[in-house]
Amino acid sequence: MIPETRTYPGARRPDRNYRHHADGVEIAVYEWGAESDPVLFLVHGGSDFAGTFDVFAPLLAAGGWRVVAWDHRGHGDSAHAALYGWDADIRDALSVMSSVTRSAAPVVAHSKGGALMMQLADSCPYRISAMVNIDGMPSKRRMPDVPDHDQSRLLADSIGSWLDFRHVAHDSFRKPGTLEELAQRRGKMNPRLSIEWLEYLVTVGAQQGADGWRWKLDPTMRFGGFGPWRPEWASLRMAALTVPFLGLLGTIDEPMGWGARARDVLPWIPASGRLEVLKDIGHFIHIEEPELVSTMILEFLS
Amino acid sequence: MSPVMLQHNQISLALHQIREGKGRALLLLHGLGDSAEQMSKLEVKWNGPVWALDFTGHGQSTVPRGGGYSCEILMADADIALRHLGEATVLGRGLGAYIAFLLSGARPTLVRGAILLDGPGLAGGSIHATSNTEINDVGERAGIAPDPWALIELSRDARPPTYTTTFARLATNGSGIDEPIAIACKVTPPWVEAIAAEPGVITDISLQDALDMYAAL
Repeated sequence: MIPETRTYPGARRPDRNYRHHADGVEIAVYEWGAESDPVLFLVHGGSDFAGTFDVFAPLLAAGGWRVVAWDHRGHGDSAHAALYGWDADIRDALSVMSSVTRSAAPVVAHSKGGALMMQLADSCPYRISAMVNIDGMPSKRRMPDVPDHDQSRLLADSIGSWLDFRHVAHDSFRKPGTLEELAQRRGKMNPRLSIEWLEYLVTVGAQQGADGWRWKLDPTMRFGGFGPWRPEWASLRMAALTVPFLGLLGTIDEPMGWGARARDVLPWIPASGRLEVLKDIGHFIHIEEPELVSTMILEFLS
Repeated sequence: MSPVMLQHNQISLALHQIREGKGRALLLLHGLGDSAEQMSKLEVKWNGPVWALDFTGHGQSTVPRGGGYSCEILMADADIALRHLGEATVLGRGLGAYIAFLLSGARPTLVRGAILLDGPGLAGGSIHATSNTEINDVGERAGIAPDPWALIELSRDARPPTYTTTFARLATNGSGIDEPIAIACKVTPPWVEAIAAEPGVITDISLQDALDMYAAL
């Protein structure tokens, strides 16, 4: 079988990649830039993977940084774990970061990665020297206009469906397809990104087998769901941050975004920080405008 | 007797039959760091079969690597046991009490009464955002039951009252039982206080009275 490949303008695979054992869970780590440059950590969001930084990371590396990213457990080339959880993701992150440097370093984090890193910065402020949060600032969720009894029914359905899935999770698998089909599927979640970019992502975030391509994301992980976590808790942690902070927010909602609005986020921006709102941009700000965003970040970090 | 092993994703769950009987099963859920073996020593009068489950990372169930525990995953453990048993009354101690309670809201037609007892892990963590210290290594205890990651993560999981009252309402509205939840514990952390004020939740009841009440359903 001849592997299908795609190229994308500006995209560059990492200069180095290796495996790191985070308490028994194998994590795939990637680096761009010279090893002698100061370290900058780059953190992806939920259902994403480090390969989505293939344009953005080289721009930061060109600014004089050793950019280190990793695939979260269950994502990309990292191991499919038995269990997944918020604290486990933070521990894995800390384990990778500690393997690279014990000193405080800047972090640039997108979406769920941003919320994770705000919790890490709140609990371990000595590990993070500056933070850039790219649309990972969830605020109190605005509930749709649904009556209480309907909300209860929706929740009951959601819980029942999730529990039913857990009974068959061990037999679950990602649906195979052609490279083009996987890109189109991803396009439903990333409607603002070009098909050329999405097809490139398939070649780095999916694996090709005899029956076609399959995303590497653990099939036992499900988008959305229920639980006790409250998005406004991230706001409380953000307000408590003491490190220099830059928040970036787009104005266009997307399926994978938090739906946060500047007016909801601004009151919680820490005293050490500022919020920049980029008009007519969606949730993947750094992919839509990599040059603009990398320039802003490099200026902020300088 | 060897336990029945049930599959939950990568985990093999050990479900132990404590004794045989006729009628509806009683499912026992242990506390944090405890096991089905400890739970089997609880003295209960129940005519039906009595079973006890080892949660993920406890007793004879698989201890996964790298943690990632949540009470919702343990609820799914219990749900897999419930499907094996069919309708059951669920009795939980400590953490198991919280899981029994969640399950009563998630599977209201299958759980014929949830009884909550004192025990380790009853309280859970804060009901607000906190600055948790990040612990990154459990040293020589890694991979040994009870899983140290379970002890750490499940002793500080958030149980906000607005979340727990929703499950109480799901149980009351969906079970067709007047009082599907019985609080037989003395300790009342915020989540227990919150559900105690809900319709369908009975308080100040002894363990055996609660068992008798649900046996009569």
